[in-house]
Amino acid sequence: MLYNQPNPLEVKVLSRRFTLPNSQSIETYLGSDGYKALEKALGMTQEQIIDEVKASGLRGRGGAGFPTGLKWSFVPRHSPKPKYIMVNADESEPGTCKDRLLIEYDPHQLIEGVIIAGQAVGAEQGYIYIRGEYRYLIDVMDRAIDEAYAKGILGDNVMGSGRKFNLASHSGAGAYECGEESALLESFEGKRGNPRIRPPFPAVAGCYQSPTILNNVETFCAVPPIFLNGGAYFAGLGSPKNGGTRLFCLSGHINKPGVYELPMGFNLMRMINEVGGGMRGGKKLKAVIPGGSSCPVLKADECDIAMDYDSVAAAKSMLGSGGVVVMDEDTCMVNAALRIMKFYAHESCGWCIPCREGTTWLKKLLTRFHEGMGQRSDIVLIGDLSKNMLGRTFCPLGDAAAMPTIAFVEKFKDEFEAHLDGKPCPYEKSNRLVHA
Amino acid sequence: MTFSPELEARFEKFLAKYPADRKRSAVIPMLIYGQDEVGAITDELVNEVAKRTGATPLQVTEVVGFYSMLHRKPQGKYHVQVCTNISCLLVGGAELWEQACRKTGLGHKETSKDGLISLEEVECMGACSWAPAVQVNYDFYHDVTPEQMDKLIDGLAAGKKPEQIADVQKVSC
Repeated sequence: MLYNQPNPLEVKVLSRRFTLPNSQSIETYLGSDGYKALEKALGMTQEQIIDEVKASGLRGRGGAGFPTGLKWSFVPRHSPKPKYIMVNADESEPGTCKDRLLIEYDPHQLIEGVIIAGQAVGAEQGYIYIRGEYRYLIDVMDRAIDEAYAKGILGDNVMGSGRKFNLASHSGAGAYECGEESALLESFEGKRGNPRIRPPFPAVAGCYQSPTILNNVETFCAVPPIFLNGGAYFAGLGSPKNGGTRLFCLSGHINKPGVYELPMGFNLMRMINEVGGGMRGGKKLKAVIPGGSSCPVLKADECDIAMDYDSVAAAKSMLGSGGVVVMDEDTCMVNAALRIMKFYAHESCGWCIPCREGTTWLKKLLTRFHEGMGQRSDIVLIGDLSKNMLGRTFCPLGDAAAMPTIAFVEKFKDEFEAHLDGKPCPYEKSNRLVHA
Repeated sequence: MTFSPELEARFEKFLAKYPADRKRSAVIPMLIYGQDEVGAITDELVNEVAKRTGATPLQVTEVVGFYSMLHRKPQGKYHVQVCTNISCLLVGGAELWEQACRKTGLGHKETSKDGLISLEEVECMGACSWAPAVQVNYDFYHDVTPEQMDKLIDGLAAGKKPEQIADVQKVSC
């Protein structure tokens, strides 16, 4: 059973099997065009596979939106080292809960996408790094992997092609930082999840310092539909330079929160009103975080935009990981900024000082503010401190903490001012933070 | 150190996943599954994982300190985790957390004296569209109300398993 009702406006490509009975099983998968994309890809050259992905306009669904085909083309073809495919299933960006469904309802689609990626660069081994909290998904994935081995889809002779591809799951143990690609690789190697300095990027020196394709679950899941129907078909589903559909996770103050697959470029206001069922309790919209907690918040009057990477970037935010967090008029923006900063302070790995110290001090400043003990100069200080973190860390966690804070302070300065001079939070009743 | 045959089989499977000279990759999976059986990350477990993966005990110890799910002290038999991150916060996650604290008399990362229930305020667990969310051990509960939290705690305190508690819908299998 799905966790939320589907919506007629959805364009179901990656999620089209979610409602099939026993959708996890290989029989269901094979009965609905499963592994036909792989069959096609096995007859193609590496260049042809990468060109097809490039033609699809697919961009990384983890957050950065880097063109997937281009990323794959960076893997040095003639490296003597073994090559690896790494799936980032460490989904932990607040507001994001889509990879969970892709694995839970259609694990074989992910497996097929990973094997095709392996064919694109000549890799014979893949791993799926799943966050520790998703224990039941590790079991789902292991069952699906066993089924694929039993059918000769994984193993020493992939679908009779004479090529080899092995795949295994890998459990994390609770760390947001490990969703960052280089920290994920460190963690995978059995170490603390501290990021690596880049370059070299994983395409050149990734897993075990070998060339590695590292993508988000949803990115790999988009690969079978691309090969089944052609890159041009997938590109045509979305907006220019933003191919395909994506799974948007609607949460917050709306009537029908849920995960919905919509074309790239779908209008945000329509998403809230027509897909999400409008605002809860008939309240007014105040703000939206468009792509997970690290994306700068949009004010209500900035929300009439197309949800694709370029349009949201033009609105000075990011499409991120597809986590659309909707906030109504009663939401305290100081509290929202504080809760998000509390998260980043908790999750900063401590490797880079601007991030470790910056997130901690921002948390302290925002806590003081929310308690009504802030000073007018703190508003400037919060902004300055955030700006001093930007671009000064190994990985994007520092930026992910700073960018939304800058937006909160700049766009809702009046609310910060309303907390000054010992005044209690005007929204205290509707929004409390228990322990910061 | 001896483990159950099931865990031994699992460890063997883990160690076979990685290249022969890269067994250290099994450190984190072995620690978390080992902890599930042992109850906590003990020195003995650290040494055993180090021995089997070719890492040093110090290398394993520094890993333990990094990951929020690895813990040195035993938690309750039922580890109740309440998310208060942004999506949950907006729809009552903070109130749910308060309710859990009131009901159990426990605070963040505290365990009841009988060792049955422990409580933790956690970061995003990936249930944002079905918030507020709770995890008991590895099981997810979606759209939890304070009343359901009460029933869940009462049921656990009465010795019931989470799945036997009516009105509280476990969603993950």
